[in-house]
Amino acid sequence: MSVVSTFFTALFYISLVIFVVGMARKIYQYWITPAPLKIPTAPTPLTQTGVVMRMAREVVLFESLFKSNKWTWLFGWLFHIGLALVLIRHARYFWPGDLPEIFLLVQPFKYAAFAMVIGLIGLIGRRIAVERIRYISAPSDYLMLILILVIGISGVVMTFTSNHTDVIMVKQFASGLLTFNWANLPTEVHFLVHIFLAFALLAIFPISKLLHVPGVFFSPTRNQVDDARKKRHISPWALKQEQEQEVRLNETLGKDE
Amino acid sequence: MAKDDFEVPKLPTYLEIPEIQEGIMDGKGPFKSVEEFQAPLGFPGEKVKNWQEVAINKMGELKSKYRSVQVFLDACVKCGACTDKCHYFLGSSDPKNMPVARQDLFRSVYRRHFTFAGKYFPKLVGAKELDDAMLDDWYNYFHQCSQCRRCSVFCPYGIDTAEISMAAREVMDAVGVGQKYCNQILGKAITVGNNLGLPEPALRDTLLDLEEEIEEETGVAVKYPLDQKGAEILLITPSADFFAEPHIDGLIGYGKVFHQDGVTWTMSSYASEGANFGMFIGSYDIMRKAALRIRKAALDLEVSRVMVGECGHAWRVAYSFWNTLSGVGAGANSSDEHAMKLQKQLDSRYPQPQHIIEYTHDLIQRDKLKFDKSANDDRTVTFHDSCNVARATNMGGIPNGQFILPREVLKAVCNNYVDMERSTIMESTFCCGGGGGLLTDDLMEIRIKGAMPRMQALKEVEKTDAVDTLVAICAICKSQFSKVLPKFDFDPYMIVSAHQLVSEAIIMDKPETDNSDAEVAEETETTEAE
Ligand code: SF4
Ligand code: SF4
Repeated sequence: MSVVSTFFTALFYISLVIFVVGMARKIYQYWITPAPLKIPTAPTPLTQTGVVMRMAREVVLFESLFKSNKWTWLFGWLFHIGLALVLIRHARYFWPGDLPEIFLLVQPFKYAAFAMVIGLIGLIGRRIAVERIRYISAPSDYLMLILILVIGISGVVMTFTSNHTDVIMVKQFASGLLTFNWANLPTEVHFLVHIFLAFALLAIFPISKLLHVPGVFFSPTRNQVDDARKKRHISPWALKQEQEQEVRLNETLGKDE
Repeated sequence: MAKDDFEVPKLPTYLEIPEIQEGIMDGKGPFKSVEEFQAPLGFPGEKVKNWQEVAINKMGELKSKYRSVQVFLDACVKCGACTDKCHYFLGSSDPKNMPVARQDLFRSVYRRHFTFAGKYFPKLVGAKELDDAMLDDWYNYFHQCSQCRRCSVFCPYGIDTAEISMAAREVMDAVGVGQKYCNQILGKAITVGNNLGLPEPALRDTLLDLEEEIEEETGVAVKYPLDQKGAEILLITPSADFFAEPHIDGLIGYGKVFHQDGVTWTMSSYASEGANFGMFIGSYDIMRKAALRIRKAALDLEVSRVMVGECGHAWRVAYSFWNTLSGVGAGANSSDEHAMKLQKQLDSRYPQPQHIIEYTHDLIQRDKLKFDKSANDDRTVTFHDSCNVARATNMGGIPNGQFILPREVLKAVCNNYVDMERSTIMESTFCCGGGGGLLTDDLMEIRIKGAMPRMQALKEVEKTDAVDTLVAICAICKSQFSKVLPKFDFDPYMIVSAHQLVSEAIIMDKPETDNSDAEVAEETETTEAE
């Protein structure tokens, strides 16, 4: 195997481990951190089903963002939906052996790359052009968008221009990563840039604002049922404190004790 | 402290997003609390020596105790969707009043001390030290947030700046940098039982005066019982209701409604306060202390229902937190001794606690109250959804009941009702500008500027529908509006309680020609009791 191939193979595993371990730790942290009080924000669902529906609308349609700002919604949604479709299509590269028929169906998803790129350009433009958003942006906010944009554009270049990469080789390399049958990868610069940044993105996921992906599901204002009067909601630390303080409070409270 | 020479914002025809003006609301923040007010709450009297260390430790503690804080600090993508949603930004144009920028005051320190990227690449991710300048910014700008949660409605992740603002205030209290207004009031609430520090005799006098006044005016002996053991309902209301207009007119309304229903009720001199400022300073423990007084009052007076008067954050704490803090509610685990005792005593046929609007609404639905709507014909009424009621609670157990019920009550007692523009009411309601512990004269500038968006919407309905009455069901809104309305050329008396309109329209006990037996029996009973 060539040096380049070895490097990228190693990079993949390192990034993947950072991603998996990092995300698992973060999700575990969110999981064990109690939400001591009921704080759902209106319009609040009164049932668990309602909460699931609300969350689904948030995740799929970006409902709240739609209410906030139509431009941000449009660009943000184009980018995310484009990304999701393109990712689904990428499964064909990692699939070992012959592709099942189903992949014929996702073939047109390659056009979603344009939605993704347009969305990203819109988001970057907004960040630069709108004074308020420029004010709240840190360098990493631009970098993150640029990073994904370069990944997207290099992908588009490979797919839609004459700079094609050897797809057979890509497939051997990618599926090889999963089945541990390591193979050389094509060395066209577009492709190398594309996967280098993609792997890098994987690695910075758990230490960046990309944590909004798991975070959205853990947001107490969105994932709580509004049933505060019907069910006593108490966190472990509060319960412990309550038991410990019971006696002390009875002593310190009140005039007639 | 705010400068004295600021301009009252002009009301625009359309609410526009302002150009940012950096530093326009810079300042030292509200009056600082001192030893006298800090000590009773268990906070250091002045800024402790190793304050940075204490602060960072406290931040660590809070992020591990509150999922909201942890997730909100991590998840923000700086999309900017919240930037134009805060009334304080719209009214002041200070960029640090944009919700995300406000959070960033806290987040940048979190990043510096608790994240990999912030520790090693602080510049890249905007991580900052908690130095004196930063602490000043915290103190100043976290006291320019009324914790109204409007930003949370519009954030794609539901990030609630109120939670961050509470956490920041909790950290500041822990290092001895507290706010005078909140902490002084809290001291009174947890020792005397109400925010005004009214002792039992004063309370009793006030209520007796009120009874006399009402009897003189209406000829009906409406009672305002205090500490009456065995009454069915314990009413917990903001203490503002006891003494000032427009609040007291609401209290008169509650009394009349109780009277008409013929129910037994009482207030408690031990726990006479509904408003719980513990929420404003983010302290679970202090909030709980205040809530426990109410629990004790309910147990001692052996009531079977607990009811809350017209107050926004009182209702938020009651509705959302009382069950957690003290067990006023239902559904406690049977091993949960603490909550079980109270929950067994409470009548499970009613929601516990219940809002006075829910109660009145229910009586109206069951045709138990009669109104002469024309008594309010001199008014054209609009309703201000108070933030905490609108965005953090429910009424009536139906989706969006907190928007529906108050409007139905108002429509039942007056003929002319109009809503303000949709994007400024209900879950998108604009704050009055005085919530969250900001209702103090030393914060007048931000209060006035923050009121601008609400005033703008009000001006619109004044122009189009000749609205001359603004109804609110929150003591803070009412006090704040009384102060700021004249600044925007409105009549300060146009702000009233919902139950004031109920009070004006309600038909009291006039014997009907077609009295049913039951009603006659009820009447005899009341007469005998008197
Ligand atoms: S809307 Fe939410 S995610 Fe977007 S900038 Fe504001 S707080 Fe951050
Ligand atoms: S005042 Fe309300 S809208 Fe403004 S930041 Fe605070 S919670 Fe958000």
